Amino acid sequence: MRFSGWRVLKEGLTGNKGWAPHWRNPEPKPEYDVVIIGGGGHGLATAYYLAKNYGITNIAVLEKGYLGGGNVGRNTTIVRANYYLPGNSEFYSHSLKLWEGLEQDLNYNAMMSQRGVMMIYHNDGQRDAMVRRGNAIINQGDDAELLDVEGVRKRAPFLNFDNNRFPIMGGLLHRRGGTARHDAVAWGFARGADMRGVDLIQNCEVTGIDIDNGKVRGVQTTRGVIRAKKVALAAAGRSGQVAALAGLRLPIESHVLQAFVSEGLKPVLNHVIAFAESHLYISQSDKGGLVFGSYLDFYSSYAARGNLPMVEHTMESCLAMVPALGKARLLRSWGGIMDMTPDGSPIIDQSGIEGLYLNCGWCYGGFKAIPGSGDAYAHLIATDRPHGAATKFKLDRFRSGHGLMDEEGTGAQHNLH
Amino acid sequence: MRINCPNCGERDRREFYVKGAALARPAAAAALEAWHDHVNLRDNPAGELHELWYHEMGCGAWIDVCRNVVSHAVLSTALASAADLGGAR
Repeated sequence: MRFSGWRVLKEGLTGNKGWAPHWRNPEPKPEYDVVIIGGGGHGLATAYYLAKNYGITNIAVLEKGYLGGGNVGRNTTIVRANYYLPGNSEFYSHSLKLWEGLEQDLNYNAMMSQRGVMMIYHNDGQRDAMVRRGNAIINQGDDAELLDVEGVRKRAPFLNFDNNRFPIMGGLLHRRGGTARHDAVAWGFARGADMRGVDLIQNCEVTGIDIDNGKVRGVQTTRGVIRAKKVALAAAGRSGQVAALAGLRLPIESHVLQAFVSEGLKPVLNHVIAFAESHLYISQSDKGGLVFGSYLDFYSSYAARGNLPMVEHTMESCLAMVPALGKARLLRSWGGIMDMTPDGSPIIDQSGIEGLYLNCGWCYGGFKAIPGSGDAYAHLIATDRPHGAATKFKLDRFRSGHGLMDEEGTGAQHNLH
Repeated sequence: MRINCPNCGERDRREFYVKGAALARPAAAAALEAWHDHVNLRDNPAGELHELWYHEMGCGAWIDVCRNVVSHAVLSTALASAADLGGAR
């Protein structure tokens, strides 16, 4: 079933009786070429690109809950390519290019909105860092534009320009960044993979990984044994537990990151705005809700909910930076489980066990990475070689210390990102 | 979340800095693998976890806090110096 404006019109005039489910709900087969553990954004995108780019369609995506019920449904929907360290730089650049063609590629409305990401700086040091970052973004082939305070005021006159503690000195505008409808991204990839023959198996938790003589043979699940030539992890915050099934310990701590949404308001924020102080980032969904967040709670958690001190910090930051939002009422808050690595950058690599692949450590940057991660992971699984845009996402960099990508410059240690 | 400091009693979470998993520190001359294990690799359990918390707004003690990281319940606290964790004396 292809979607089009014509189809919407036709269905609207004929009682919407022609719509069908977007994917099948198959029983697991006893054996697959590739089993992907995790039916979130990364797992679904990986299945899609394996089928589309490499013709591998005998694939099962195993999801312990429902498709898209994890972090891909629990984020702040921001898409951007404003990283600056080699490794991250070319990867997120590649991912943003895939985002730009994603809806046409998937024939699915992901509500991709390149409304621009504006990062605000408050002092000379942050300005220098933004200039450096902007140059790196331009060198990687993407867009960045340094704004002075008047440039920011013109785009966002309602920010607090009289804040003595954290004065707004200017910003770095990344016009091709923006937001996308998070659920639709998962659904679009799920539908695209299903249409190419991938089995999406929900309510199927992996309880064991079978390894024989250093080679993966398949998985044990709550829906029976499934044999597989290759097994690929894409379990985000649960990566540590899934890897432990294969006897692996990962350089990952799972932390909780909270996000918030206000009641629906008339259009007020036209960009995604991120503040270098307080880490506040905020945008407005197409439905009108303000979507915002700031730091991790900074302790290990699998609770998918946070504590009040970080709620308070985020609200204080919001009112300090954007006092015009003081009357908006908070509608809800939630937490996602982040797979945090010591350097804050991800891992797409082989595991050391033949046929077992790792895709984890996305920290709080997983959503924007979805198409790039799926493409790069599919390449690795299909060819056993890293994708050109993801050559530096090595597991071994933590052991050797070579090639660490500490984007924030705080040190490549747990609890610092 | 409230932490029961062995010196000060139950206090607000905001009085504490959290360092992460409470691990026995390898000897300075230990092999690379032992240090890699200590610095980078984690069990990362979804259940009970011992962590080092620092009572920076209180008595300044490092505390071995055992929490259930699924429910956020604080199960026990003890001075880290008693257990020789993270190099604390």
